Amino acid sequence: MSSTSYSFREKSRSFIYLFVLLILVWLAFTSSFHLQELVIGILISLVLSIVISKEYLKLDLPSFTIKRFIFLLIYILVLFKEILKANFDVAYRVIHPKMPIKPGIVIIQTHLKSDIAKMILANSITLTPGTFTLDILGDKLLIHWINVKAENIDETTKIIGERFEKYLKVIFA
Amino acid sequence: MHLVGMLVTGFGVIFLFLGSLGIFRLPDVYNRLQAGTKCTTLGAFSSIIGVGIMEPTWFWKCLIIAVFILLSNPISSHALGRASCKSGVPLCKKTVVNKSKDFCKEGKK
Repeated sequence: MSSTSYSFREKSRSFIYLFVLLILVWLAFTSSFHLQELVIGILISLVLSIVISKEYLKLDLPSFTIKRFIFLLIYILVLFKEILKANFDVAYRVIHPKMPIKPGIVIIQTHLKSDIAKMILANSITLTPGTFTLDILGDKLLIHWINVKAENIDETTKIIGERFEKYLKVIFA
Repeated sequence: MHLVGMLVTGFGVIFLFLGSLGIFRLPDVYNRLQAGTKCTTLGAFSSIIGVGIMEPTWFWKCLIIAVFILLSNPISSHALGRASCKSGVPLCKKTVVNKSKDFCKEGKK
């Protein structure tokens, strides 16, 4: 682990993000605006965000901008649509008496650089129709596909990875 | 409001049932994991959200639990799939391609 020192601005920014996130989680759990609970929540969030802000910086998340936020919302909508499609797809394959499956293991390529972006891509692929991430090495992903449509690496990348990568590229640019 | 919650929960329960049916019917570990991941994610997600809609005071707590499931479920099944791939669990007879050996070679370069 390299011991890079972060600037004061980065530190304070991660502190603010963490503080807002923790306060939101606290409000969701208590779901009340009583003064007592608010004060306790703010105190705990302050202490926690001071303690964890260094770990948060190691994740190397991009900073908050309006454009990224809008793309994140679009991404979540696309992901939900794909999850619904995936479920009906698997349900169809399970109920069908002949089980129309054609499984295989293929490789796809990704252009994303940061680890967290690759993790989000892999998780999204796992949740989408018929695909399941088995392993990641560098810029290649090993994928189990329940209904193989292509074996070539370029075609598989286009079919499986493209629909998420175009949003993730903007978010993590 | 109660009815909407019941419908959402019922939707989730149907998918949980289909997921378990898939675990029985599909041929090998990887296909079973496919059914297990997808159906349990949506099933658990919508049944918890449905409970949140039925009891509006619980809604935000339920949302946090549901988001946690949505984040952690694919990771746990990815770990299972990766482990069975590394330890050489055989694929079923219907399998068309298997590029996992090429993948290991590329990793060593």
